[in-house]
Amino acid sequence: MEIVQIEKLQQLLNSFANKDVYIHLETTNGAYASHFNEKVFNAGAFIRNIKLQYELGKVTADAPHRVGLKLAHGWVYAQGITHYEIDEQNRLLMAGHDYDGKLAVALEISKTPFTY
Amino acid sequence: MALQPERHVLVVFPHPDDEAFGVSGTISTYVNQGTPVTYACLTLGEMGRNLGNPAFATRESLPLVRKKELQAACDAMGVTDLRMMGLRDKTVEFEDDEKMVQMMTNLIEELNPSLIITFYPNYAVHPDHEATARAVVRAVRRLPEERRPKLHGVAFANNTGEGLGEADIVNDIREVREQKIGALRAHISQTAWMLEENEKRLAAGEPEAENWLTFERFFKYRWHEDFEEQF
Repeated sequence: MEIVQIEKLQQLLNSFANKDVYIHLETTNGAYASHFNEKVFNAGAFIRNIKLQYELGKVTADAPHRVGLKLAHGWVYAQGITHYEIDEQNRLLMAGHDYDGKLAVALEISKTPFTY
Repeated sequence: MALQPERHVLVVFPHPDDEAFGVSGTISTYVNQGTPVTYACLTLGEMGRNLGNPAFATRESLPLVRKKELQAACDAMGVTDLRMMGLRDKTVEFEDDEKMVQMMTNLIEELNPSLIITFYPNYAVHPDHEATARAVVRAVRRLPEERRPKLHGVAFANNTGEGLGEADIVNDIREVREQKIGALRAHISQTAWMLEENEKRLAAGEPEAENWLTFERFFKYRWHEDFEEQF
């Protein structure tokens, strides 16, 4: 993956707009967060292969970036995005990697369903 | 150290690398003794957070990386019967509970193990570990007592000492240390950071660092203190 380049990422977000796409969105502290530190309140969310259309996708200028998708009747957004790539299956993968190289957030957009 | 002979050992864990930390020395020892060992690994660790910075994998490519690592770890331990059970990381507890018991029952019926190694319920920290442990215990509980294989659990919750006391089984794995290190290195995407820390600690002469390359600890499942009345 590459560090987010706002203009390139914005173009990619535009290219998936107003089309049926599948979404993967996750946020996580890791399953062990409150094992290593009992004061950590461990929370996260995960959704995969949800089909939707967005009319507007936007990446914010300040890093780590926020990426928001405006839907006809709702929203999808992710905070903390640092990296992105178009993979070999032409899927737009965005992720936020923390200072230790651990994934903290992922937002992925694909015209075909992701694997299981 | 020679271990008590077993007819067949079944190892059940949810993630590639779960076996490496606490059990790979024991597995290697059984393999070296000629004991058949089957390792059923429920997921490919698809949701692992260690992707590196710079990243060496993406959320989508990680399962392929970890599948190869799992196969390499089995090579290091000498395990030839690896079963990849096709579940997704972090979702095991949300699968149908009866389906999970059936998965374990099918393995037990096919392999007729005399010993099963998995996590110890309520002391296994990760929700997938707990769900795996529950399914194995339930499957074994359904067998008549005289036909039940031995059930050894790995426990590492912070309250393990308070709840379970000292481990019932302590295997000295020094003879197979290289195989254990090989298994850990095979899972390099997940263990690089830990191996580096450990080498520093070893160099500093810290006894704890030596410990997990010397002993592996297990708790015999305590049927008289079963984690649930029934399922």
